Amino acid sequence: MIEIRFHGRGGQGAVTSAELTAQAAIEEGKFAQAFPSFGPERRGAPVMAFVRVGEAPIVTREKVYEPDIVIVLDPTLLKIVNVEDGLKNGGIVILNTPKDASEVRRESGIKARLATVDGSRIAVETMRVPIANTTMLGALVKVTGIISMSCLQGPIKRRFGPIGEKNLSACSRAFEETRIVEE
Amino acid sequence: MARESGIISWKELNPGTAITEPGNAAELKTGDWRSMHPETDRGKCIKCGQCYIFCPDMVYAKDEEGYYVQNYYWCKGCGICARECPVAAIKMIEEVD
Amino acid sequence: MSERVGIEVSLAVAEAVGLCDVDVVAAYPITPQTHIVEHLSELVAEGRLDAEFIPVESEHSAMSACVGSSAAGARTFTSTSSQGYALMSEVCFIASTLRLPIVMAVANRALSAPISIWNDHADLMFARDSGWIQLVATSGQQAVDLSVMAFRIAEDKRVSLPVQVNLDGFIMSHVIEPLFLPDAEEIKRFLPPFQPLLRLDPARPITIGPVGMPDVYTEARKAHDEVLKASKAVILEVFDEFAKQFGRRYELIETYRVEDADTIIVAMGSISQTASTAVDAMREKGLRVGMASICLFRPFPAAELAGVIGRAKNLVLLDRATVFAGGEISGPVALEVKSALFDRGLSPKVANFLVGLGGRDVTQQNFEEMVERVVTAKNGDLPPYEFINVRE
Repeated sequence: MIEIRFHGRGGQGAVTSAELTAQAAIEEGKFAQAFPSFGPERRGAPVMAFVRVGEAPIVTREKVYEPDIVIVLDPTLLKIVNVEDGLKNGGIVILNTPKDASEVRRESGIKARLATVDGSRIAVETMRVPIANTTMLGALVKVTGIISMSCLQGPIKRRFGPIGEKNLSACSRAFEETRIVEE
Repeated sequence: MARESGIISWKELNPGTAITEPGNAAELKTGDWRSMHPETDRGKCIKCGQCYIFCPDMVYAKDEEGYYVQNYYWCKGCGICARECPVAAIKMIEEVD
Repeated sequence: MSERVGIEVSLAVAEAVGLCDVDVVAAYPITPQTHIVEHLSELVAEGRLDAEFIPVESEHSAMSACVGSSAAGARTFTSTSSQGYALMSEVCFIASTLRLPIVMAVANRALSAPISIWNDHADLMFARDSGWIQLVATSGQQAVDLSVMAFRIAEDKRVSLPVQVNLDGFIMSHVIEPLFLPDAEEIKRFLPPFQPLLRLDPARPITIGPVGMPDVYTEARKAHDEVLKASKAVILEVFDEFAKQFGRRYELIETYRVEDADTIIVAMGSISQTASTAVDAMREKGLRVGMASICLFRPFPAAELAGVIGRAKNLVLLDRATVFAGGEISGPVALEVKSALFDRGLSPKVANFLVGLGGRDVTQQNFEEMVERVVTAKNGDLPPYEFINVRE
């Protein structure tokens, strides 16, 4: 079972990302669970959302304490949230940032494996909004392969209707542009 | 539901103790409750019907001559009719046994 | 055919209620129930559900509207949580003795104070003596399926009582997971049209909710109690019918690896699922542990529970609501369990824990600690109950 934690700010769509990831996995015939960090929703405040994906039914109702993958939708969160908290050995942080990995490491002190993509720029260029939540799913597919791009299509189209295609092309571009940096 | 006089088994109660016989409150003899009863002086009565309107228990009914007549089966003796009568035609009379 | 979809449990419950062709939904939004009611209002607004959605100004009005609509013969649904239940509770007690088969989903949440929007079973316990049937979902799928079965149980003429479907707030209501949604045709075959025992009808007037003088109140309560007792057989029948048609079988007491267990964890709601992961982990270490989950709290299936746990040496009994009784008796679930065992002359070693209050997580490790506590304690050393995860 793979556990994923999304970091975002209220309104950036971290919960939607988690939901779409789980739905894509379920569409592939896998088992999955997605849930928000339960509490009052506050726009702009740091929020988290969680996903579990596995080959067998998932029965635990515990929170996710030791994720395999951490996805950070907003680079400014690195200053206020320890995104590596509980990350499993060998786990990876997927970061939306215009900076290159060495610069990120120097500034944030992240020690884990790192994948970076300038998700906000892709989102603005493709969809004219700096909301990178669906864009970053392309990075998730590229880095982990726990879900496939084809299985994301249904959930994204159903969720976004007429702007689903644009979300998907942002997702594909992020898939192409994501770079993985080992420790 | 059980009448005040009748005791019935829980098995015979309607679901939710519903009353399925409409208007059966009319069977309840509230006339037993009174210590005074109203009497109308037909000499003074102007047939205005205020007693009929104000009576809380539907005691009054109009007769052929247009007077309002009490049905003592229901009259509790509250005295509202006597209080409201604009020509003081109704008097409350002590019950004697 | 049922479709496997990744959907939030709340939305799936609302979809299922919609498929049951409900006539009236009267509800007031409250976290964490909100998504259920929002989605039903969407279904009505989009014309996918031909029902009257009554946006009331409070939960007290919600249940009052439900009483009226159910009495008029409409299939009626509402949903609430915590403080919302507290506000509507006056009318809930009336709905049950009036034998109105309203179905209500309760996304379980702690009662204030302090203000908490998070999950525990304080509202479920508050509703305990209201005369409703209380079903408790262990899984998201069960929450959906119970929502369908609830109408059939409630509306069965041998029952005609309101039914609560309890599902844990957030940790179940807000989780997206793979669920099978039944289709409309299947539900039509499973759920006959609602035919009330009595109906408010201007053409044939009746009185519902009259005064009960001392010479009838006891009989009214006895009649209500008898019908609640009799509902257990109907619930089992409906579970059976559902299994035949939909292939998913539910039990009054769901069990996991109890057959040879020395120690059994007795839980209620979704933490039973986490408990089952702890059972697996402890089995690997050679401990004979099992889990029993209570899926029907009212009427309380004492015989079925005793049948499942009666042979265990040790019991871990979980309560998810605070009991304020002076400390010399156990929590509400434990009291029921102990009573069921006492009446059958059984006295295993029992530990009662208050866990998962106001959204506090209950982990696999917590379960392992609780099992260790009961296994290693000497009989008589265990207090009536203990708090778990409390900072000293």
